[in-house]
Amino acid sequence: MSQVEMSGAELPAPALRKPNPLWTLGLVRSELGTTFRRWRTRALLAVLAAVPILIGIAVKSETGGGTGGGGHGGDAGPAFIAQVTNNGLFLVFTALAATLPFFLPMAIGVIAGDAIAGEANSGTLRYLLVAPAGRTRLLFAKYTTTMVFCLVATLVVALSALAVGALLFPLGDLTTISGTRISFADGLVRALLIALVVAASLVGVAALGLFVSTLTNSGIAAMATTVGLVITVQILDQIPQLHALQPYLFSHYWLSFADLMREPVYWNDLLRNLGLQALYAAAFGSAAWARFTTKDITA
Amino acid sequence: MAPYESDESTPAGEAGNAHGMRRKAARYVVPVAVVGVAAATIGLAPAFAGSGDPDLPKISAQQLIEKIAKSDTQQMSGTVKISTDLGLPDLGGLQNSLASGALAQGAEDKGGSTADPKSKALELASGSHTVRIAADGQDKQKISIIEKAAEYSVIRNGDDVWAYDSASNEAYHATGAGDHGRREATPKDVPATPKDFAEEALKAADKTTSVTVDGTAQVAGRDAYKLLIRPKQSGTTVGAISIAVDAKTGTPLKFTLTPSSGGAAVVDAGFTEVSFAKPAASTFRFTPPKGTKVTQGDDLAKEQRKAQPKGDEKKALEGKLAGAKTKTIGEGWNSIVVLDGGNGGKGMAPSGRSSDSRSSDNGAASGFLNSLGDRVTGTFGKGTVFSTRLVNALVTDDGTVYAGAVTKDALVKAANAEK
Repeated sequence: MSQVEMSGAELPAPALRKPNPLWTLGLVRSELGTTFRRWRTRALLAVLAAVPILIGIAVKSETGGGTGGGGHGGDAGPAFIAQVTNNGLFLVFTALAATLPFFLPMAIGVIAGDAIAGEANSGTLRYLLVAPAGRTRLLFAKYTTTMVFCLVATLVVALSALAVGALLFPLGDLTTISGTRISFADGLVRALLIALVVAASLVGVAALGLFVSTLTNSGIAAMATTVGLVITVQILDQIPQLHALQPYLFSHYWLSFADLMREPVYWNDLLRNLGLQALYAAAFGSAAWARFTTKDITA
Repeated sequence: MAPYESDESTPAGEAGNAHGMRRKAARYVVPVAVVGVAAATIGLAPAFAGSGDPDLPKISAQQLIEKIAKSDTQQMSGTVKISTDLGLPDLGGLQNSLASGALAQGAEDKGGSTADPKSKALELASGSHTVRIAADGQDKQKISIIEKAAEYSVIRNGDDVWAYDSASNEAYHATGAGDHGRREATPKDVPATPKDFAEEALKAADKTTSVTVDGTAQVAGRDAYKLLIRPKQSGTTVGAISIAVDAKTGTPLKFTLTPSSGGAAVVDAGFTEVSFAKPAASTFRFTPPKGTKVTQGDDLAKEQRKAQPKGDEKKALEGKLAGAKTKTIGEGWNSIVVLDGGNGGKGMAPSGRSSDSRSSDNGAASGFLNSLGDRVTGTFGKGTVFSTRLVNALVTDDGTVYAGAVTKDALVKAANAEK
């Protein structure tokens, strides 16, 4: 076992058939299966689904007495919360705005941090590498799984919020934050777009978590580090003296998804956000690759 | 790259190891390169964007002013970035509480609404803001301040003026804008033709100001001429005013005011995106969403009538002003407004009358104000200069205030001349 060359793509083991692309797909599928079959993953998704329910009930009970009682000013609560009572669809945006700073990245941090380090921790990494997949391919499968989780987690929040919003509040035409009116169908399309943008906003954290995961053999340490970094970066983003640095922090443009609710849509920060996430994915993804393909796998 | 580096004991393994180490290091080049390329792109992009001023036929300042005056842009929409750096001391929360305190009085009798346009005006006075504007003819305009995950819009559609604050979901409504707008649209002494206007403007500017065309620039993807307005006098804090004018439509696209002291612009407002197409009609249609708190403002036309002080109020106001006479000295850019305290400076002089009386109760307050200004002395006596990057004000210890867009020295000189 110890002498087997494991480095995969550029040094295929001579005795084995050339790995075909479908094999990668199969690896991704098996990774997805393992991840989503875990109780830990399901618990995370359940927690995420509970957030919109909590917000919905809180807003409903707070404003049950009269109409428009929630408007104390823009500083209180997550974005869009003042509009929830008038239109249940806004609960989707409120829930995403509430979960994006902490719950979503925390969940991603757990999944991404666990990706490599968790396998190493439980001693299954070397068995995974015995299969003729190669390290690059395995890393790719892990990263794809994490990104699929980003999307699933975001959609879970959005769908749960939509269901709660439809149950507790009226639905109908909605007013954009620019004051213009759009139809409910248009609103739904925008909600879907916003969910996709929010999922894409987490790509940077996913890559960061994966890189951290290749650094250590302890799953818990990788998760804690990733979540800690997410919190640290958001604190740095609040310090005015660091304004020169802030546009390069991965969380800086997270709230820009709200720009999709303007009429016309204000693309400036949205595109910057997506570009920044792509940059983080490229930088930390390649760093994870450099680390993982060269490191000693002892467990 | 074996999972186990276990051949270290054999000589061949050693060679392989060194080779392996180099291969390992080589892989880390990839992330470093990614970051390097990104940094280079971020660093160099503005340099490339800045180059290549458009090639436009040369025109004179008069022709350019004519162009501005002739411009009849009725329909446009775009995004404006406004940065204001007056160099005011950053008071942070204090500034907010002062502003809200000042506004609370006015807001109280209206039930207080964050959507009241008056409460937003102060926000624009400092910092950097993104504003979207849209206009379609004389009576449809919209201006929105883009905020984090929220927007504040003022929409005028014919007779109605709506203000909507999406953060608090509050709206403000006023009617009678039709009258108001029409009256403002036709001021009395407008020069008849753009040509007259241009000549008039240049003549007026002649003595104190130089007006030149300072090349061309790209603003919001459009070719523009730059009109440069410079004070001929010395002693003013205004360095230059540059206005970029769209070459095709004559619409001003960018306004920059730089101080004579150099450094960043005091006011920099320009389009980052502009379109001269007709904005969608829905842009100007606003119906408050269900559950939105709507504050009904007074009829604007009536309010204006009300704003004219009535007889007894007028008298009272005049009485108040009698104590504090204002006059203007100097001309052009060097105009200084003099506000004479008259009553020995009571209440007018924040610096306290003289150093020996400063031990009184308001010592702390005046000490704080003094810390914001610089003490100066001259033949006029003693005083405190409060300075921003654009406007300086000298408050003498006997309560006279001199203020203007002039340097500190010019203020002191003016004060000395007055005595």
